Amino acid sequence: MKRTSIIRAENINKHFKDAMNFHVLKDITFDIKQGEFVSIMGKSGCGKSTLLYILSTMDTAYTGNLYLLDKLVSKTSQNELTRIRNEHIGFVFQFHYLLPEFTVLENVMFPAIKLAKKSKQEIEHDAIETLRMLDIEKIALNKSSKISGGEKQRVAIARALINKPNIIMGDEPTGNLDSKNADNVLSIFKQLTKEIGLTLLIVTHDLEFAQQTDRIITMGDGRIISE
Amino acid sequence: MDIFSLFHISKTHILSRFKQSMIAALGVTFGIATFIILVSFMTGLNGLLDGLILDRTPHIHLFNEIAPSKSQPIDLLANASTDWNIIRSIKPKQKQIRIHNALPIMATIKEHPDVLGVTAQVSSQAFYTAGAIELNGLIQGVNILEENRLFNLGSYIIEGNIYDLHTNDNAIILGAGVADKLNSKLGDRIQLVSAKGNRVTLKVVGIYQSGLAEIDNIQSYANIKTVQLLMGEKNNFITDINIKLHDMTKALPMSKTFEQIYDLSAIDIGTANAQFETGTTIRNIITYAVSITLLIVAGFGIYNILNMFIYEKMNDIAILKATGFSGRDVMIIFISQAIIIGLVGGILGLLVGYGLSVVIDNIPFVTDALPTIKTYPVNFDISYYIIGIVFAMVSTFLAGYLPAKKAKDMDPVIILRGQ
Repeated sequence: MKRTSIIRAENINKHFKDAMNFHVLKDITFDIKQGEFVSIMGKSGCGKSTLLYILSTMDTAYTGNLYLLDKLVSKTSQNELTRIRNEHIGFVFQFHYLLPEFTVLENVMFPAIKLAKKSKQEIEHDAIETLRMLDIEKIALNKSSKISGGEKQRVAIARALINKPNIIMGDEPTGNLDSKNADNVLSIFKQLTKEIGLTLLIVTHDLEFAQQTDRIITMGDGRIISE
Repeated sequence: MDIFSLFHISKTHILSRFKQSMIAALGVTFGIATFIILVSFMTGLNGLLDGLILDRTPHIHLFNEIAPSKSQPIDLLANASTDWNIIRSIKPKQKQIRIHNALPIMATIKEHPDVLGVTAQVSSQAFYTAGAIELNGLIQGVNILEENRLFNLGSYIIEGNIYDLHTNDNAIILGAGVADKLNSKLGDRIQLVSAKGNRVTLKVVGIYQSGLAEIDNIQSYANIKTVQLLMGEKNNFITDINIKLHDMTKALPMSKTFEQIYDLSAIDIGTANAQFETGTTIRNIITYAVSITLLIVAGFGIYNILNMFIYEKMNDIAILKATGFSGRDVMIIFISQAIIIGLVGGILGLLVGYGLSVVIDNIPFVTDALPTIKTYPVNFDISYYIIGIVFAMVSTFLAGYLPAKKAKDMDPVIILRGQ
């Protein structure tokens, strides 16, 4: 059975034009299929985070074509993109980026409230289920600024999962964690691909982490060096 | 996304940063309160100064002026205009001081649609006698109730009551200086002697203080009939007609018209108080300049504080957008915060401004010029409060709108990368 393409990039080029013209990404082309656990590796400054932000639709200043679920998204409006992100893409940052004034539960619920496909009770139920799966349901009512770093990262994963997205992208999601917590996050990711067939695209420079994934894309100097 | 969830987010933002929110709101409060206090106080003082002169000065004053005739007999001579006519030592023309046909003239003027009211005056030289001493003075015969209605005479009565004069033809309101010199109090009787030697005895029912010593030292008020009696004249003897208009700016053209129609001298308020009017204009310009400056300064203050308040939350904006909140949602969240802060701060500003205005209004301010004024004048005009709150709302809205608008169209990564 041919697996559906989740994200496909065609000839993506990006320039930084701040001080002088800097060609960050050069003709990036690849395809990620449903259920794959892909990692992007490379030295810092090789453009891997930049690529991830473009793939996540949070950066629109590039040339080339980006397809999400075989639909071209390169030319769509900001509003449409936020809707696409909301429904199809979950994102986990290196720094957890939770809204500090709100409780863990609220942080997890917001994307689903925004999507508004379920009632508030259902969303709350889903959120608690997700937190339980990540083993953090007991801190659900804590302020998100008052929990530990490892917990924050797991909350961020729960938030990325709440709308049952097609793909989760992570920008060094374990980069800020100690090895115990990092292992924990990795096993959560692996469990997710296995159990619910989730597609994952993770940027990392941790070789150990990358070796545990299905497929490693190595980048250097703005190009894909090997797959 | 339903609006209540968005409001829930803005509410949480405001309450969880209560101290910062309060500081932002107090910034608004401070600006608006300062504006209201200064404008109320300045316009109050202006009103006081205007009232000092404008309230008690007739807009048009009609009288018979003793002056040399403008056209001399030689002007009637044919082709005199082509020659030089030099007449030396022209004397004033013999003329009555009474206004001819005063009562019909007054009746006609009163019908004019621009005229608020007309009062007649009979003024006469007189001597106040106290024992063997005779004090030179001036007595004005007036219709005291009309005079009070049109020219606020009552405000300058420091003792006694205008109604006592109205009901008693043998009564007088003495100038404060005169009363001092004669050592007379309310209820005393004094004698007046006219230039012709007529003598009347009048009861002191009031003391009048205009604040101008040279007037207070000689002038007194009595009923018209009393002064006519003192002068030995009939009841159509009127020396001055004072006119108050609905619109002061029409005084000059109307005075010219009346001068022509009735063959009298007419002085309008602008001519009579030319330097005062310049003063009023300048004071008004200063008031406008100060209030506009204050609003601009307050506006920038409000804008700055709120801008900082929003920019501190740029990170949150990026997170919200990354997780799927649209630009519109983000704008609603942050503009509603700005508006809530503007509203709370603005209303507080109105209250503080009003409170301090009341305090100023109760600070003692004693001046001889205005015997009835005991405290500093403050103008509690509602329009300043409306301007204040509208301004607070507009500037806070802009302070929230502009950064939110910027954030709305931005890729979230630009904010995140900047961290």
